[in-house]
Amino acid sequence: MKSGGPAVLAIDLNHPGHYIHWGVIQISVANFVIILLMIAIFVAALLLPFPGRRRHR
Amino acid sequence: MTAAQPAATKPPTDSEAGSWTGWVRRRALRNFPPEELLPDSQPVYVASWIYVFGVATIAAFIVVLVSGGVLALRGPVWWHGSDVGHYVNSLHLWSVELFMAFMVIHLWGKFFMAAWRGRRAMTWITGAISFLASIGTAFTGYVSQQNLDSQWIATQAKDGLNSVGIGAYFNVLDFGQMLMWHIVLLPLAVGLLVVAHVLLVRHRGVVRPLPLPPPKAEVPAQATPREAS
Repeated sequence: MKSGGPAVLAIDLNHPGHYIHWGVIQISVANFVIILLMIAIFVAALLLPFPGRRRHR
Repeated sequence: MTAAQPAATKPPTDSEAGSWTGWVRRRALRNFPPEELLPDSQPVYVASWIYVFGVATIAAFIVVLVSGGVLALRGPVWWHGSDVGHYVNSLHLWSVELFMAFMVIHLWGKFFMAAWRGRRAMTWITGAISFLASIGTAFTGYVSQQNLDSQWIATQAKDGLNSVGIGAYFNVLDFGQMLMWHIVLLPLAVGLLVVAHVLLVRHRGVVRPLPLPPPKAEVPAQATPREAS
């Protein structure tokens, strides 16, 4: 694999993924973090004020 | 016009034009008047971040289409073997990640505001089907990468697909078939569904938020013992 080397990588992805096991539920840490981020963005979108509100009718 | 003038010389009015192009024009103008198709203002309730995720999804979709077009032009040797190819390949992947994430947040927002209200069922349905078609497009993209990942995903997926009886028509081990689904059929389906979805949004307008429950002061309250005395 051609690569710029580990020095230019923000995160070293050359290892097996980490998984969370919770009963029958099994999810990778990466996917779990993404879902948490999406929920955080959803809640922020509901709560944060929208700029330029007065321009709308 | 005098009575002596023959009727055949009378030009047909717009409503009488019999050609299919006239019929399409009249229907298009009636359902999508220019001020409704390209509005320059929106109702005040649209001034919320939750209404941004629909257009963010479309913006990500445009990047997906453009980067995918470049990948199609240059081919797998380029996207696996050169720095610029790696960059465009990553651009394609991450724009898809954003496309799916924005679409799911858009879906959450519309679900919790019951966006199918006000004769907007078709708007909801076209959005839901385009979401399903997008999952299929992403999946066929994963199995079209031409690397170990794509082989692993295809061999894992084939058993599930065969068990529901569609393996004979949708063979994930057939690279050529998966590539054609990914770059022709499914993007066309997603693109047409997105266009229909946006036209329906323009036609019906953006759904209002759910009404707030009436303030407690308006509800006739039972007199407390202190007030009764």
